[in-house]
Amino acid sequence: MSIILFLAIAAILVAGGFLGAFIWATKDGQYDDTYTPSVRMLFDNPVQSPESKKKKDE
Amino acid sequence: MIAEVEEKLVCYHCGDECPDDSIAFEDKHFCCHGCQTVFEILQDNNLCAYYDLNNNAGISLKSKNFEGKYSYLDERDIVAQLLDYQSGELSKVTFYVPAVHCSSCVWLLENFNKVKKGVITSRLNFIKKELSLSYNPVEVSLKEIVELLATLGYEPLLNLESSDKPQQKNTAQRSLILKIGVVGFCMGNIMMMSFPEYFHLDLKNSIDATYQKFFLYFNFMLSLPVFFYGAYDYLNGAWISIKENFKKTTDVFSVDIPIAVAIITLYGRSIYETFVNNSAGYYDSLAGLVFFLLVGKWMQQITYNYLSFERNYKSYFPLAVKVLRGNAESFMNVMELKKGDTIFIHHQELIPADAIISKGKGMIDYSFVTGESDPLSKNVGDILFAGGRQKGERLELIVQKPVSQSYLTQLWNNEAFMKEKVMPTTELANLFSKYFTAITFTIATIAGVYWAFFEPSLFWNSITAVLMVACPCALTLSMPFTMSTTMAIFGRNKFYVKNQGVIQLLNEVNEIAFDKTGTLTESNSEKVIFIGSELSEFEQKLVKTLTMQSAHPLSKMIANSLNIKEFKALPIVYFQEFQGEGIEASIAENLVRLGKGGFVKSALNKEVKHTHSFLEINGILIGYFVVETVYRKNWQTILTNLSKSFTLFILSGDNDADKDKLGPYFKENAVHFKQKPQDKLNFINQEQQKGNHVLMIGDGLNDAGALRQSNVGIAISEDIKVFSPACDAILDASKFGQLADFLKFSKTSLNIVKASFVLSLVYNFIGIGWAVTGELSPVLAAIFMPLSSISVVLFAVGLTHLFARFRKL
Repeated sequence: MSIILFLAIAAILVAGGFLGAFIWATKDGQYDDTYTPSVRMLFDNPVQSPESKKKKDE
Repeated sequence: MIAEVEEKLVCYHCGDECPDDSIAFEDKHFCCHGCQTVFEILQDNNLCAYYDLNNNAGISLKSKNFEGKYSYLDERDIVAQLLDYQSGELSKVTFYVPAVHCSSCVWLLENFNKVKKGVITSRLNFIKKELSLSYNPVEVSLKEIVELLATLGYEPLLNLESSDKPQQKNTAQRSLILKIGVVGFCMGNIMMMSFPEYFHLDLKNSIDATYQKFFLYFNFMLSLPVFFYGAYDYLNGAWISIKENFKKTTDVFSVDIPIAVAIITLYGRSIYETFVNNSAGYYDSLAGLVFFLLVGKWMQQITYNYLSFERNYKSYFPLAVKVLRGNAESFMNVMELKKGDTIFIHHQELIPADAIISKGKGMIDYSFVTGESDPLSKNVGDILFAGGRQKGERLELIVQKPVSQSYLTQLWNNEAFMKEKVMPTTELANLFSKYFTAITFTIATIAGVYWAFFEPSLFWNSITAVLMVACPCALTLSMPFTMSTTMAIFGRNKFYVKNQGVIQLLNEVNEIAFDKTGTLTESNSEKVIFIGSELSEFEQKLVKTLTMQSAHPLSKMIANSLNIKEFKALPIVYFQEFQGEGIEASIAENLVRLGKGGFVKSALNKEVKHTHSFLEINGILIGYFVVETVYRKNWQTILTNLSKSFTLFILSGDNDADKDKLGPYFKENAVHFKQKPQDKLNFINQEQQKGNHVLMIGDGLNDAGALRQSNVGIAISEDIKVFSPACDAILDASKFGQLADFLKFSKTSLNIVKASFVLSLVYNFIGIGWAVTGELSPVLAAIFMPLSSISVVLFAVGLTHLFARFRKL
């Protein structure tokens, strides 16, 4: 039965990882603009060279 | 029979109708050369997918001319003021691009680096219409970038405000989102860890009991961030409110206080249960409560990101002006202008500071500042006030006062602009909270005293349970949810309020003050009408032939107003234009004269208040053309409707030519003409001193003071994205007729809030019923508290939508 303690802790650690990702994304400004990415993802870019793909880091 | 369908030629770029098929490139037609240029630029850069995303996505460039408009961007100092970041080979800049409207725009602007060499990256925020560019200043100059953007139809908005750069990264909103995330995480996990408790662990079983302890401590750990991080604002807010109440600086009893009491009691009792009784606490209820409160707060913050409610004269004034320093002409930020500087103003440019004309003849359009619709003629030596727009030749001016102290901008030094308008977002809840807290504490005491006599073991239990369950959570949630729903409904109807407080303020309004030009009348829609005996077709032809000879704006308007089928100009023998007086010509053996009263002799003693022009044919006065502004559709019915429940006023900067027209809809002494911006502000202040709540509706800078001083200032706008002075709400001009509906609906939504207050009180009484008996178990609390909050929110939101549908909003 003590496996349940291990499972609970593991579950929290996994969830904590996602929480960390969320905090990172928020601080990075991902929720500042919630509309444009939905438009942006629809463009295919056949001739884009790898260099210009690098988007700027805000 | 085959119906003949006239094929319309549509511009491949912007979708406007082409006048003819003269401009064509490959098999595509364009309405103007501007559009064709853009197409060629895009084709050269292999970016024609622009047109695949949306048909005719482009922006029409017909009326655009920016030759030399951006020469000031050659000036290093001015460029430096615009840049966000600057180093040797990398500069970053953010533009506001009002023309952005579809996915093609996003695509093109984000591929801008392919169009212009030297641009490194470009990124667009569609909602805010902000384009962030980084470029290499060695390879490309800012001026080239701006000019290319303008050529493509995406002209960035550059004005005095652009150089301020507020650098606001919405940290407040980010931190709130973070809090919601963290508290949500804790809430979910606490609930999971509480599951064994919900299904009744057998504490007598020694193995179960060990696990029980584990889960309890785990929950305690998870609740730490909820209490110290998530609930911090409420605890702190309550503490500040208590301090202020003791200092007697305020008698408002913040709603944070009862919330903080509930949070602290929940937390204290839970810790006691965990560490002393070794039984389950109320962590899940606590986390749920804080989570819902934060979500409510987030709803409250929602606003229209793409609209600006805070503009002042700076967003109307140009960034730079041409100055004569020594013998050289150069551009300078207008804020740096000093007394005695010589500046140059071209056609259609704005006068940035009070100045005296030293060369040239001015035709100054002050409509935006004063509301006066006719341009004023000014000569050498006359004083020009800042804010006017020159129409005509280049002027040379000598600055008299720096920009910030000019006649117009002084308005912003008024105390009305110094303090923030008080927004009563939580006032209603605060009003409740005093009684609420008092009643809660009374019930808790009574329950405590009762149990102290009959069953002392239940003493603390019952007191804490009452304080916990009587949290005004549902009470505080119903307000933001109802108001944000109302905001969304208003937004759907093109009435954009700044924040939720404005809806509450709308309720209290009992007087409405209107501006005339641009508010009751349509802006930029002047109509020429002829007054006198009706013109025959031949006479019309005469007049049209005559006016087509002249470049004077009034002549052009008259020529355009005469619609003659298959018109051909009549033969002219003689034509002469008398500057500022009139024009005359001999056409088809008739002497036609058109002009001022003195010029047309037979009309010497006539007086017309609006801009006008007398017509004389062969020495006989036929009548006169007069420029009239067009009033908004149904303006009479709107005013009649509003006057039933509000006192109406007119505050117009214009002359009193329309006095008789407006008279019937207003009470005596309610129509005020020739009002300076300061007069408007003072008038509203006066009415407020009498205890009235004034709603001001205006459109221009001349109303800025009044909009600010009024309880609610609504800016009316033909194009909501372009310009409106600082205000509390922006109303799309097409929805002017629905103003009364909006006012009425704001009352409805406040009533809905009150109804949901009552509902949440009912819940509180049910909860307290359990609490006083000391029977409130953690499971019961965990189910009951969120359920009451959610149902109150659903009730409020649902009812608001229902009423909106009912009212056809």
